[in-house]
Amino acid sequence: MPLERSQVEHIASLARIGLTEEEVQMFGDQLSDILEQFEVLNELDTSGVIPTGHAGGLQTVMREDVAEDSLDSEDVLKNAPRREGDFFRVNAVLEE
Amino acid sequence: MAELNWLSIQDAHAQLKSRQISSLELTQACLKQIDAVEGRVQSFLTLTPEIALAQAADADKLLAAGQGGPLTGVPVQIKDVMSTKGVPTTCASRMLENYVPVYNATAVERLMSQGAVMLGKGNMDEFAMGSSCENSAFHPTMNPWDLERVPGGSSGGAAASVAAGETIFSLGSDTGGSVRQPAALCGVVGLKPTYGLVSRYGLIAFASSLDQIGPVTRTVADSAVVLNAIAGHDPKDSTSLPQEPKDYTARLGQDIKGLRLGVPEEYFVDGMEPGIRKAVEQAVSDLEGLGASVRPVSLPTTKYALACYYIIAPSECSANLARYDGVKYGYSYQDTDDLWEAMEKTREYGFGPEVTRRVMLGTYALSSGYYDAYYLKAQQARTLIKQDFDRVFQDVDALVTPTSPVTAFKLGEMTGDPVQMYLIDVCTLPVNIAGLPGLSVPCGFSDGLPVGMQLIGPHFSEELLLRIGHAYESANQWVAARAKI
Repeated sequence: MPLERSQVEHIASLARIGLTEEEVQMFGDQLSDILEQFEVLNELDTSGVIPTGHAGGLQTVMREDVAEDSLDSEDVLKNAPRREGDFFRVNAVLEE
Repeated sequence: MAELNWLSIQDAHAQLKSRQISSLELTQACLKQIDAVEGRVQSFLTLTPEIALAQAADADKLLAAGQGGPLTGVPVQIKDVMSTKGVPTTCASRMLENYVPVYNATAVERLMSQGAVMLGKGNMDEFAMGSSCENSAFHPTMNPWDLERVPGGSSGGAAASVAAGETIFSLGSDTGGSVRQPAALCGVVGLKPTYGLVSRYGLIAFASSLDQIGPVTRTVADSAVVLNAIAGHDPKDSTSLPQEPKDYTARLGQDIKGLRLGVPEEYFVDGMEPGIRKAVEQAVSDLEGLGASVRPVSLPTTKYALACYYIIAPSECSANLARYDGVKYGYSYQDTDDLWEAMEKTREYGFGPEVTRRVMLGTYALSSGYYDAYYLKAQQARTLIKQDFDRVFQDVDALVTPTSPVTAFKLGEMTGDPVQMYLIDVCTLPVNIAGLPGLSVPCGFSDGLPVGMQLIGPHFSEELLLRIGHAYESANQWVAARAKI
């Protein structure tokens, strides 16, 4: 079933990506085509099949809780688009 | 001293060690080739000749003192998805156009600590999403065998640079075929190691349960040499598997008599180029001639792998790429005081169309009401695909398949149709889904364009795959074929 325009806009807002008018149309068509390819999975009987998250076979890995050197904060801030002192600067999160 | 830039790692090492050549000469030969052909091939996003020459000088000092290892003084191109301290790492995205990492990826660190010489950073599809290198935000890369054609992707730069004689080897990354498919399309060797064998620390994440770093080289033996350098447990990657160090070159040269090879019919898909079928069937018969026993096998869940992959990979991608919010690093839209508008514009302008497509696809598959139908279903399909491989590996030691159903196609030929582009990965992505190793080895030509055969084995069977690939390569002349560039 093709995606409706409102669905495309909803997905974009969940993903926090702005789209132009043209893109809403284009991605709607393309995503619908791709979703159609996924229908083949309905042929597959997966009742009772345990899902695989990754194929590595490892469980949660623990380490000793020992403090180690980490990156220098000056280095970390080198790529900051905006900084103020030792902080990343962002737009106001809460309205006044 | 002609054409040092075309040497294999092993030949270069032999000549460096005996001081027939210096690393400076070898590095300069590569830089000279880059000067001559890079305008046409465009396999690099960043060139680092100053770093390369300084590292070559350091390597020469070590070598002169009788020190150094198999990679000391050997030039390498690093795919621009791996973090390189002090050197821009863009992922071929506007989002990271000005990003300069403050640490090295573990795989890069290991190469550098063993004296490899970094020539620069390799072009790729943006965030490693694509099969043609055309999704790079900066420029395409051309296939050295035919400059009107793509090198494959996403590690297109890695494969093209080796095939064009610009570097001795490259490091790429493979999430659904991104090392093996471009290696096949460019007539070079590409290895995707077992998931967890090579640390992903510093590899900019696309789909964390699938991503794996792997070498692109001229010979199978070179692939083993690079794997020796980059494999091994890393406490900085929690999915890195504890393992004993192994010499992957140890069994190269052993014959393959008595090995049981399976040929899965499902990998010879409808629409595959006849020349590819012919070349791979000939390779299978050559392997039989070398003493292997060959039998047809069936992996019935293969037809579900594409859908499974294109749900799982975009889902993980949508989560991983949520970090690009314009706050900590990367492109940041600043012409607004509104937090959400800034984020939406940052991502609108920072991401190219394929990345946006996959982020949206993954967001949808994970969203409320669709999770069970898509993401959960795909993870269950993943279990069944994995079980299919487990079953078949009870009867055979390894599988032989085509690497790609198509040879290098023309630039622009597929860009309008994402589904067609996704289908190109049909032979490679089941390997990532199951976390297996896969090796692509050149096995001839179809209409003058390279064809690759893929060897697939159980987890941690790299040594076996390399041994089979080496035996095949040694019995054929494909390794000597060189693009006329």
